[in-house]
Amino acid sequence: MNPRILAATTGRILRQLRHDRRTVALLVVVPTVLLTLVYYMYVDQPAPPGRPGTFDRVALIMLGFFPFIIMFLVTSIAMLRERTTGTLERLLTTPLAKIDLLFGYGIAFGLAGVLQSTIASLVAYQVFGLDTAGSMWLVVMIAGVNAVLAVALGLFCSAFARTEFQAVQFMPVVVAPQLLLCGLFVPRDQMAGWLQGVSDVLPLTYAVEALQEVGAHAEPTGTMWRDLAIVAGAAVAALVLAAATLRRRSG
Amino acid sequence: MDDAVAVRDLVVDRGRRRVLQGISCVVPRGAVTGLLGPSGSGKTTLMRAIVGVQTVSSGTVTVLGRPAGAAELRRRVGYLTQAPSVYADLTVRENARYFAALQRRDHAHADRTVADVGLADAATQLVGNLSGGQRSRASLACALVGDPELVILDEPTVGQDPVLRADLWARFHAMAAAGTSLLVSSHVMDEAARCDRLLLIRDGRLVADDTPDAVRAATGVDDLEEAFLRLIRASEQEESR
Repeated sequence: MNPRILAATTGRILRQLRHDRRTVALLVVVPTVLLTLVYYMYVDQPAPPGRPGTFDRVALIMLGFFPFIIMFLVTSIAMLRERTTGTLERLLTTPLAKIDLLFGYGIAFGLAGVLQSTIASLVAYQVFGLDTAGSMWLVVMIAGVNAVLAVALGLFCSAFARTEFQAVQFMPVVVAPQLLLCGLFVPRDQMAGWLQGVSDVLPLTYAVEALQEVGAHAEPTGTMWRDLAIVAGAAVAALVLAAATLRRRSG
Repeated sequence: MDDAVAVRDLVVDRGRRRVLQGISCVVPRGAVTGLLGPSGSGKTTLMRAIVGVQTVSSGTVTVLGRPAGAAELRRRVGYLTQAPSVYADLTVRENARYFAALQRRDHAHADRTVADVGLADAATQLVGNLSGGQRSRASLACALVGDPELVILDEPTVGQDPVLRADLWARFHAMAAAGTSLLVSSHVMDEAARCDRLLLIRDGRLVADDTPDAVRAATGVDDLEEAFLRLIRASEQEESR
């Protein structure tokens, strides 16, 4: 790894994003619109006694999912473009190390994910009165780690797509099972044993548990830190897999 | 002095097709070597093998005294792919500055390289909004920005207007005079006369490896296109015998 090359690569990716104003606008506006929708869906529903209100429960988890879904898609397409337009092949003939490129994407889109979740969280807390026992900034931190995980998975999955049509199809493959089994729809302890087993190996399960810890406890808990470490570990594992898909020589 | 590139018995297969059938040739230092041949003859594959991004079946490729693809060559070899490989969503200047940073060159150096390929006026435009010829020159700037000792250019003059084409060739010769070794591919035969040395390939085989004058003398015609035609016919007759 070379710090100058890594910084140049991160800057280049952020500059590409900045030139695409519409994408930036969508990144910022869409979570707010969806939060508004969810707020009005649940605003008249009474909270179950002794448990957080439905909006508090759902919005908290949405804040973790936005950057995950969006950064996965953005990264998959960006990396697929690098592969299909020949820029990747060119980069690999320069002194750039694979890790510089992968970390460049992780940092650039990780930052974009943090920005997105900060804005979405400010709206959720300030406008819609989202109520969590722990701090909003813990929520943003977890969302940021989720974004990095999404980038790593996107970098990896882009190797298996030849077209942008194929690349977007990986989104439901990667996201939907994690969303269904994370405990949002059915509490994990009420799932069939084998579903729980699947849920146990999906990294977003731990991100959601970490968010629920922030919802229930004023101070960061050991469980939250452990869950966060698992998500970060999964991101590193996905980056290693992604590195294996980058070949300097091809047929 | 060693040659910039030495290729020995190079065989490359892509899928079941044998694209290069045992090519041996050299690219001398400090000169412009033309790689000519029809579309599909194996020019790009040979160039990819020299840059070290092509999987080869057998044979050796030595570049600046090192095996092709060696890590230290990444600072010393510049490669222009046939399709412009630059970021369409960045400006010309941003592209050049990024590739300059990868080669430890500063912004001023990148901006000079952009001016050198005749894109000073388009420097702040997004590459995606440029014409095909401009886009290809933006890509050329990114290949030259690290001042490589060996430059591999895959059809750099396609789509350029005649004046710019002459400018680019003048620039290639100036680089060669300063000691840079260039390998430039083209499928346009009238560009052959501009080269110091010629490699002609067809169907993955080397048909000629000589200076333009020697090719003319050997075939007895002045026009290089006609000369190549005779060389190809002669090699085909040899094969059928």
